[in-house]
Amino acid sequence: MRRKGLAIMAAQTVAVSISSSVDAEAVDLGPASGLSCRECGERFELGPIFACASCFGPLEVAYDLPSGSPEELKKRIEAGPANIWRYAPLLPVPADVAEKPNLNPGWTKLVQADNLARELGVEQGKLFVKDDSGNPTHSFKDRVVAQAIEAARAFGFTTLSCSSTGNLAGAVGAAAARAGFRSCVFIPHDLEQGKVVMAAVYGGELVGIEGNYDDVNRFCSELIGDPLGEGWGFVNVNLRPYYGEGSKTLAYEICEQLGWRLPDQLVIPIASGSQFTKIDKGLQELIKLGLVEDKPYKLFGAQAEGCSPVSVAYKGGHDVVRPQKPNTIAKSLAIGNPADGPYVLDIARRTGGAVEDVNDEQVVDAIKLLARTEGIFAETAGGVTVGVTKKLIEAGLIDPSLTTVVLNTGDGLKTLDAVADTSQATATIRPSLDAFRAAGLATS
Amino acid sequence: MSVKVRIPTILRTYTGGQAEVPAEGSTLSQVIESLEQNHPGIAARVLDDQGKLRRFVNVYVNDDDVRFEGGLETATPDGAGISIIPAVAGGC
Repeated sequence: MRRKGLAIMAAQTVAVSISSSVDAEAVDLGPASGLSCRECGERFELGPIFACASCFGPLEVAYDLPSGSPEELKKRIEAGPANIWRYAPLLPVPADVAEKPNLNPGWTKLVQADNLARELGVEQGKLFVKDDSGNPTHSFKDRVVAQAIEAARAFGFTTLSCSSTGNLAGAVGAAAARAGFRSCVFIPHDLEQGKVVMAAVYGGELVGIEGNYDDVNRFCSELIGDPLGEGWGFVNVNLRPYYGEGSKTLAYEICEQLGWRLPDQLVIPIASGSQFTKIDKGLQELIKLGLVEDKPYKLFGAQAEGCSPVSVAYKGGHDVVRPQKPNTIAKSLAIGNPADGPYVLDIARRTGGAVEDVNDEQVVDAIKLLARTEGIFAETAGGVTVGVTKKLIEAGLIDPSLTTVVLNTGDGLKTLDAVADTSQATATIRPSLDAFRAAGLATS
Repeated sequence: MSVKVRIPTILRTYTGGQAEVPAEGSTLSQVIESLEQNHPGIAARVLDDQGKLRRFVNVYVNDDDVRFEGGLETATPDGAGISIIPAVAGGC
């Protein structure tokens, strides 16, 4: 579409592949003004690049944020659609984004979890679950893919791709189908059946890689530098700076749903750590724009013990994350070499939060706890956040008298295996009242 | 030991656009020295001021992440394939 061959960043030490030949002037991504390296601060023009040419650090979208009074901006947001596009002035998307074909994710429920609060010893009215299983493909990934789709349109890509632990593959497949892109996505070969079906059903190509997620990710990183991957938009590689911004909408929604207030404590799952850093970025933007009161908040990261490189680094007092080989039922969090791990450590420490992990048994217990108390069936990542919340309350690190929001990022239907063995019919009986009475199930 | 090194897009200005270049050395450290001799400036992109691998660079010798092996002292057998890859990819 707008690939006119003007090499971006010609003066900088960046190799020019076909995918980085973009007329930056013609790119309309709304308030996005450029990219900056999170590590060394070097600036780049908007383009399909993701790593700093000087230091390999991650690139982030920089903005010209809206001016004007906070009250006017609030009114504008509140008058917007009941999806993430109500926050379009704060995202790297064109102003008319809501009129383009996409899945329109977001504005999921913030559930006041009083029953769960009672079980965990949290003050009534203070505990909330942000339930992102309500998105179009039943995970938060729809939020980030929606941003990547707009970047892919702007940069003229026609094929969408990704490395995925499952949820993202489905989100890319669905979004590509709606928006008219070809898709070809890559997953570890041994994923849960629910996730494989949910990725394949949208008609794109789905490729199982013999290896774990980190192997898939490495493969995609090599593919992107090869003619075989020419013209492909990898949502979490060369479109990653834009894609990641979608997680900011979780922060925006939580604050708006709390009546434009910051929560005191947030519990967030950690896979690559991107979501954690973007939620922090979103909260900081709301403070800067005057949409919420400037007050302290604490961010807590949650990992599964079988893939806990960030938690181990946090508890060991390190600022470098040593990669692990994952072995956990929480496969959507099974990233052993988390790209944003060091930043999670920085933010957890800066805000006075923490990073903690729970074992697989605790994950299953937490999935069932959330289901029986609030009627929310979370995927394993939700079991991780609820389990870690419980652990941190017991450890005294989460204050039960303050407003706490726990993220559930996906639907339990995707990870049925985790609870299938312990969630069976109570009894199987003949269709007779005598049999029912004999089974001891009648109310007294 | 002769090895092949896969170069990420953002370093190909140092290799004249080549995606794969030959190098010599029996350890990763020696391979990077060899790369630097043939493609001056590339080592400073891969290593930090202390001479360690930058934290956002992943290096694989064949299929093994060198952080699980011996780091810069990881052995590089004759004919090995070495990949240098930005670490900031993936996930969310």
